[in-house]
Amino acid sequence: MDVFKSLYKYGNGSKDVAKERLKLILIHDRANIPPQFLSMIKGDLIKVISDYAEIDEEGIEITINTGGEGGRKSSVSSLVASIPIKKVKSIGK
Amino acid sequence: MGVAYVITSGKGGVGKTTTTANVGTALAKLGKKVAIVDADTGLRNLDVVMGLENRIVYDLVDVVDGICRLKQALIRDKRFEGLYLLPTAQTKEKTAVRPEEMQKICNELKEEFEFVLIDCPAGIERGFENAIAGADKAIVVTVPEVSAVRDADRIIGKLESKGMTDHELIINRIKIDMAKRGDMLNIDDMIDILSIKLLGVVPDDEKIIISTNRGEPVVNDESSQAGRAYRNIARRLNGEDVPFMHIESERSFKSFIKKVFNIK
Repeated sequence: MDVFKSLYKYGNGSKDVAKERLKLILIHDRANIPPQFLSMIKGDLIKVISDYAEIDEEGIEITINTGGEGGRKSSVSSLVASIPIKKVKSIGK
Repeated sequence: MGVAYVITSGKGGVGKTTTTANVGTALAKLGKKVAIVDADTGLRNLDVVMGLENRIVYDLVDVVDGICRLKQALIRDKRFEGLYLLPTAQTKEKTAVRPEEMQKICNELKEEFEFVLIDCPAGIERGFENAIAGADKAIVVTVPEVSAVRDADRIIGKLESKGMTDHELIINRIKIDMAKRGDMLNIDDMIDILSIKLLGVVPDDEKIIISTNRGEPVVNDESSQAGRAYRNIARRLNGEDVPFMHIESERSFKSFIKKVFNIK
């Protein structure tokens, strides 16, 4: 695919970047989510999960997705967290 | 009884006034009785775009204040049969008009005119509330930029929260070259993201500036692409089924490659 991208001068057209950014901005706007929302959740998640497991803090990804087909009315947002676990701690010592 | 449309966008500078002037003129050219109303008190410009700035005697605020009757404030456009402009005041604040007063004026206009087009100011404050107060339907104008589409989304949300669920979108100032090389937000994507019905797509056209320089609506220029787009919009508002212009070329190399290799 990269071959074709380089074949076509404008293969990396910025419209897709614009679309993805716009989608994310609107999810936040519509749900009325403050910008610090995700980083606060991330901090608290790390705190809680660290009690049970060693996690790769660098590899954590937290995003908000819309449920429906991008539509305004059908948009049910969901929080998606991907937290890589390095080692589960032995619990109940 | 006519229908009142508010032309709104949230963001400034996307072409609300140009759209109001041209769609209004195009409707008049279709033989309709049209009133275009400037709701941007303090920053009026519809008169200038229409080239009627020297004919203002009374304005919207004078009508509200009881200084004149509505008919005295209406300026008849001698170039286009059936077209009238209701200008607003340039030296007053937005608060000089209340939403109830605006509603009353619009109702009165709807008795006389088939189409009432209200040019809304930018923003979501009092000016916006005034402009939508007397409207039955909304035309949301945006340009293919993230910031403008974001504001359009806010405006659609505001309209819906006010119970105005009948709204359609005009995508203004599409640059065809940029769309072809994939550097312009896709029309279908914008419609999908905003969940709104498309009313028209207007290509970027230097003739808009030239026509504004002269104070002559561009719909009068048969050779102008934007003029044609505005004429099509007027025909759609008038109930005709007019196909949309195809902007994104299906024959571009990128889309050809994508098709051949089925890359999404």
